[in-house]
Amino acid sequence: MAMSRRKRAQAFRNAQYAVLVLGIVAVGVLADWDTILQAFFNVDAAARQIPAIFTTALVNTVIYTTLGFGLGLGVGLVLALMKLSSVAPYRWIATVYIEFFRGVPALLVFIALGFGVPLAFNIRFEIYSTAAIALGLVGSAYIAETLRAGIQAVPKGQVEAARSLGMSPGRTNLTVVIPQAFRIILPPLTNELILLTKDSSLIYLLGLTRDEYELAKFGREGLNATNSLTPILLAGLCYLLITIPLGHLSRYLEGRAGRKQEQGLKVTA
Amino acid sequence: MNEAIVEVVDLHKSFGELEVLKGIDMSVRRGEVVCIIGPSGSGKSTLLRCVNFLEEPNAGRIVVNGFEVTDPDVDIDRARRGIGMVFQAFNLFGHLSVLENLTIAQRKVLKRDRAEADAVARKNLEKVGLAEKAGAMPAQLSGGQQQRAAIARALSMDPAVMLFDEPTSALDPELVGDVLSVMRQLAEEGMTMLVVTHEMQFAREVADKVLFMDDGGIVEEGPPAQVIGEPRQQRTKGFLARVLNPTHVPVTGAET
Repeated sequence: MAMSRRKRAQAFRNAQYAVLVLGIVAVGVLADWDTILQAFFNVDAAARQIPAIFTTALVNTVIYTTLGFGLGLGVGLVLALMKLSSVAPYRWIATVYIEFFRGVPALLVFIALGFGVPLAFNIRFEIYSTAAIALGLVGSAYIAETLRAGIQAVPKGQVEAARSLGMSPGRTNLTVVIPQAFRIILPPLTNELILLTKDSSLIYLLGLTRDEYELAKFGREGLNATNSLTPILLAGLCYLLITIPLGHLSRYLEGRAGRKQEQGLKVTA
Repeated sequence: MNEAIVEVVDLHKSFGELEVLKGIDMSVRRGEVVCIIGPSGSGKSTLLRCVNFLEEPNAGRIVVNGFEVTDPDVDIDRARRGIGMVFQAFNLFGHLSVLENLTIAQRKVLKRDRAEADAVARKNLEKVGLAEKAGAMPAQLSGGQQQRAAIARALSMDPAVMLFDEPTSALDPELVGDVLSVMRQLAEEGMTMLVVTHEMQFAREVADKVLFMDDGGIVEEGPPAQVIGEPRQQRTKGFLARVLNPTHVPVTGAET
């Protein structure tokens, strides 16, 4: 007997719900809940992480990330301008840099900087510098491409209009191109910051003192001390404390950039 | 006779292998309205864009308002202050309000103070019928309003000559009239204008001189009654027949 289109859709939906319920029941019955709760939600283990996980680890993660992002933004801007340069060698240098640092794992950069450079050149950076440089190197490559794309996304007609009004190239960039590029760039730039926040966890392998612990290392030490997964879960939640608001900020900025151009502003000029 | 505001001598321009302008000589006198007509690809827009040096000519001499724009040592930013440009795509600054679009170059380039720039801007918005849109963002305006705002922006710099690059080609048909009215009013006020256009009626009624361009050269020039009314050249006749009476053009055998 042929089913109507509506009946068939309904039957298919019902089947999906049935599978879902079966799955949940199976997990509920079969899982070893005592062990799971003990591992992930161990109150004693959690209590031992607080407050240091916030006052030391979370703060350090934010510091490492901010330093790296700041450096990455500066170097990224220079690279973006080099990529847009009319002097070919500048473009080549920027391209090689960007391709290299986008292509190699961030982990490799951290190893090179944390162990390779001190060994080869007999210099030691303190941990904040190492973190800033390593994250800056990796971040700048991505940020440069974001900035370049944003600058190029400003229509050429905007530049022509500004130049035909007698603005110099520098003045045109400052008053017409960069403000408009900035609005295009902000959302993807926020995403770079989220990626960098997560990459900052790689610092853990550089050998940190207790005061230098960031979230991943702190969670790792917590695991050793308590034999519980709870510190790892807590560390993960702390990352979400940073990344989820940033994600919302990114979407908010995206929406505002669009609205501002459409709705108009109160003119104060 | 009045002095020439725009003087073009033996202008050549190529894009790579393609020669777009093959030796153009023309001039626009003070207070004159010159319309350039011709098929697409004939080099009209390129000629206009060479006049304010948005395109760099390969050879030839262009003098505008006393500035030899083709001289490598000329202060091109200074020369452009006196040359208003209106684009097909309006090119209003999307991040600035209409009023700010009109004041930014006055303040940053001409160094006028805010009060003076505002006054000039509002006077020009009034002139193009957009006085009440000063606080709007460009994206809130219709195409016709955007183009009139763009005209007001160029006028706010007190240019000696206005260049129009197909100012109505991107507009919906019912919005073309507003823009043409503003341009006609400007012409009546004595503004020197060089206009690339497909609006034959505008050219016929407003222009002092019409240039017909084809294949990178000026084929025919003269008063509109002659060039549009009684064209002498075969190419001009063929073009006008296709533009003025598009439903009666034979599909094959049309001269190109």
